[in-house]
Order: sequence, then structure tokens, then C-alpha cells
Amino acid sequence: MTALQNPLRDGWSLIVKRECATCAMIVPVIARLARELSALTVYTQDDPSFPEGVDSVDDSDLAASWHADIDTVPTLILRRDGAEVSRTAGWVRQEWRELTGIADLGADLPEFRPGCGSMSVDPDIVDKLRVRFGGEILHARKIEIADAEDEFEAMFARGYTDGLPVVPPTPERVMRMLAGTTRDPQEVVAIAPPDLVELTIEKIAINAVMAGCLPEYFPWVVAALEAICTDGFNMHGVLATTMPVGPVLVCNGPGTRKINMNSGVNALGQGNRANLTIGRAVQLTIRNVGGGRPGEVDRAAHGNPGKLSFCFAEDELGSPFTSLSVARGFDPSQNTVTAFTGEGPRCVVDQLARQPDQLAQTFAACLRTVHHPKLPFAFDAMLVIGPEHARVFAEAKWGRERLLTEINDRLQLPGSEIVRGAGGMAEGVQEAFKDAVLPKFRPGGLLLVHAGGSAGLFSAIIGGWASGSLGSDPVTKLVAE
Amino acid sequence: MTNRVVLDPTSERQLATRELLARPKSIVDQTVGLLDISKARGDVFLNQLESRLVAAGAKVLRFRKPTFTKPAPVDLRHEISTKCTLVIEALAD
Repeated sequence: MTALQNPLRDGWSLIVKRECATCAMIVPVIARLARELSALTVYTQDDPSFPEGVDSVDDSDLAASWHADIDTVPTLILRRDGAEVSRTAGWVRQEWRELTGIADLGADLPEFRPGCGSMSVDPDIVDKLRVRFGGEILHARKIEIADAEDEFEAMFARGYTDGLPVVPPTPERVMRMLAGTTRDPQEVVAIAPPDLVELTIEKIAINAVMAGCLPEYFPWVVAALEAICTDGFNMHGVLATTMPVGPVLVCNGPGTRKINMNSGVNALGQGNRANLTIGRAVQLTIRNVGGGRPGEVDRAAHGNPGKLSFCFAEDELGSPFTSLSVARGFDPSQNTVTAFTGEGPRCVVDQLARQPDQLAQTFAACLRTVHHPKLPFAFDAMLVIGPEHARVFAEAKWGRERLLTEINDRLQLPGSEIVRGAGGMAEGVQEAFKDAVLPKFRPGGLLLVHAGGSAGLFSAIIGGWASGSLGSDPVTKLVAE
Repeated sequence: MTNRVVLDPTSERQLATRELLARPKSIVDQTVGLLDISKARGDVFLNQLESRLVAAGAKVLRFRKPTFTKPAPVDLRHEISTKCTLVIEALAD
């Protein structure tokens, strides 16, 4: 029978295994404790005949070890009135004497010997134990894969993938993912569009497994989903639009470096597990839980490859600018995800500008073309400045605000140039605006991020979508561990 | 066998299927709601429809979503459902 609760009783509990040399060394001590302490229970992980001459409890199912949170053998625990009073791991003679009250215990043994790894934390079996002893927290429907089915093909066949293979979300893998958060698996963190479904931590974890996330990425996935499932971000509209946009996720804070996100060479490209799988988990969750599938509510005429995953970290340490999250009111020590509605990135080449105003002029000229050079005010944009371009501004001591002001000043568009018909193009603003001057971007509509490799006088522009209450506002959320 | 069970990544919802109402025998005296989703030139289309419907003997009520990018607010949907016997929504693109 599988014990589902901590089976340890009051008195002393000792957890050992035969394979551990330290456990073998202290067999005489164990024998003495068995004689002198009536309230001693010995649990053996690998061989119930060990230690010889002592009545031990077979813990080969590792129930006692798991529930007592044993990571080292031997571990000696003292419990009183149903609660643990003290424990010692390995052989530390003085601690064993204090814990047992036997002053000359182990007199002929060395003072100290480290213990060995508990079988309950063996990487090969810890996932199974997590399911066996904690699996009741999983509520999702279990789907059996038939013996003749290929499990990867089965995920395709059931419509769960974004077109690439996914990691099958077994209970073991989902439990491992949930170890990445302290949040309750059944906590509802958002209402997922377009089906307006209550989005639980468990469902996000299942999709994070499928995306290939590590547990330490999981809080970032949750934060990103909290960001996009807001009225301000308007994920429903981002799906439903015929434009080629999706959530672009910019991660800030020291945690990005802890999980080895890429903010440098090829930051917007392939090759980094954290970048790719965090963004992919978000999209898979919207697809599978929210019901946002291409050709259904997702009506994009073209889409873009970033709708598989578009997530990167800002290079904060090498940046001359305050970071995006700080500009949006957060502290540099905080981990955040900013969700922006964007299309695929395009490159800005300027290898000759050495003066900041020259480069600002280039940025303005390229930014003017976002979606159409004659369409003002309607779309936001994100400018991802590469380090070599950033250096030009750093040398001139231009900070974020100065640069944004200089660019926006260069993007006040005369109505005569952008009125319908001007330049031989039908697209443009109505005749009523022909004498007006209209800004390309609304106030705050141009976002600045520093990222990219250290070589290359390039930057990137990510065009946005219908901005503000009409469409989408960027949303930043804190990453909660 | 291990790894032969996976957890359902979907919402596990069973979507309710709704039967279409029977087509009205006549448009005469029906109250037709015309929902403008606020996309450019949707009103041009709906104006044409309104004049045709009125000419055919229907009563027409006009409604408008605040923005085409978001679902119609609950109150608006409720208002349409209580005031109209038929509804036509003008999509765009």
C-alpha cells in the first residue's frame, strides 16, 4: 500500500540504505540505539534486511523518505507531539549524541562522515515519487496514449501543437514543472481569450511542458499570460485581427540572467531555450486553453514566424539607457515581462552615422514606414537598439528620453505628404487633415529596448498594432516566484 | 507503461451546440438590429442594408461596438437580444 501521509511517528526515526558507506559504518551505533531507545524506528530504502540484527521498516516505496523530506542518508529525526523537533544528516557524532541523549555514542567512530544521497531525491525516480505522493493535486483529464500510437504523433493528431512537435505532458513532467512555482495548481491566474476560460496554474504548466520549458522558466510564462490576458493588452483582438501580430515578450530584471536568457547575439532569433520556450508556452496556452487557433478566431492574413514564440531579454548591463521596465515604473531589481503586440522584426542599417542626430534621423526615416509611411498615430512600434548603435548615443550622452524625443520630433508628418492620394498612393489620412501635422506615434507609442550582439551597426524595428483603447496597450507584469 | 498517459492541455470544455432558429417566413414587422463593429466604412454598408430592410417592411435598430478589436460588451449584447428579433453584424476586411 502506498502511504500518502507522513508515516513518521513520535520518537526517533532513522533513514538508511545499505549502499551507503556511512550507513554501513554506523551499524554498531544503530544496533545500540535499537537496544537502548524503545521509540526508535529504522527505515531502510534499498534492503529491508539492513541493518542486520535490527528490525527495520521496508521503505523501498520511499514513502517515509519522501514525506520526511530526506535528501541524505543516514538521517536521524526526533519527533515529539506529532512534530519534528530536530534532525541530523550524515554522521556528526556530537549531533547524534545530543539528539539521542547518549553521551558516549559512537566513541570508536570518527567525529564526522558525510552521508550519501537519499534514493528519494535520485533524479531518475524523483518525478515518479512526486506524482505518486503529490499527484492528487493534478485535476486535468488524463489521456491514454494507445500502445501502438507514437506519443509525439498523438499530440499532433489531437490538435495540441503549434505545428512543431511538443513534449508529451506526462503527469511526471507536469509535476516537475509545478516545482517551478509556489502557487496552487488550481489557482486561476487569468481568463484566457478567446473562449474566456479560467486559466489555472496547472493548465499553464501542462502547456509549458509541451513547449519545452524548464521549471525555472515557469514563473515567466505565468507573468506573460497575466500580461496578455488583460483588457488593456486585448489578446482576443490580437488573435482576431487580420494583421500579422502576436505577443512580443520583453523580459527584464536579474532573473533573466539567472535563467540564462539571451539578450545578446541573435537575441531575437533561435538557439536559446529560455527565450524560445517561454514565448512558445504562452502561445500554446492561448491555443489549447483559450481556444485561439489559426483559421478559427485567429484570422491573420499572413501571420508571422514570431507567433510561434517571440520572447527575449533586454541587455541591461551593457545599456546606456534606462531599461524598458524601469521606464515603465519598475525597479531594476524586479523581474518583469512586458507584452507588446508586434509583427516580425526588420533591420535598420546605418553603418556610417557617428553623430546621434544622424542616427536619430535614420531611425525616424525607418520608423515612419511602420505599416505604411502615410499612416500616422494608429500603430505603436518597438525599437530594439543594438549595442553598436547604442554606443553612438552613449558617447553623446543621450539617454532614453532624449532619444525618444529626438525621434518623435522627426516624425511629425505634414498632412500634405500623408493625405490620401499624395505620392501617388491612395492610402493615407482624410482630406480634412491635409493642412495638419500629425505624429507618427501617439505619446508613449514608441518603445525602446537595448538588445543584440556586440558587432553590427544595426537595430531592429518591431511594428505594432492598433494602439491604445482601440486595440492594444503594452502591459508589464511582475514575475512572481 | 509509464509515459503513456498525458494530461489534457485544453480547457476540457464541451461547447454547447445551438440550433439555428427557424428562418422567419417574412421580414415584414421584424425588428432587425444592425451592429456596426466600428470599422471604417462599415456604416456605408449598413446604411445600404437599412434602406433595403426598411423598404421591405422591417423595423431597423442601429447598434455600435466601441471598437472592432474587442467582443461586444455584455450590456450591448443583452440590449440587442431584448430589442431585436433578428441581427446583422457588419464585419470588415
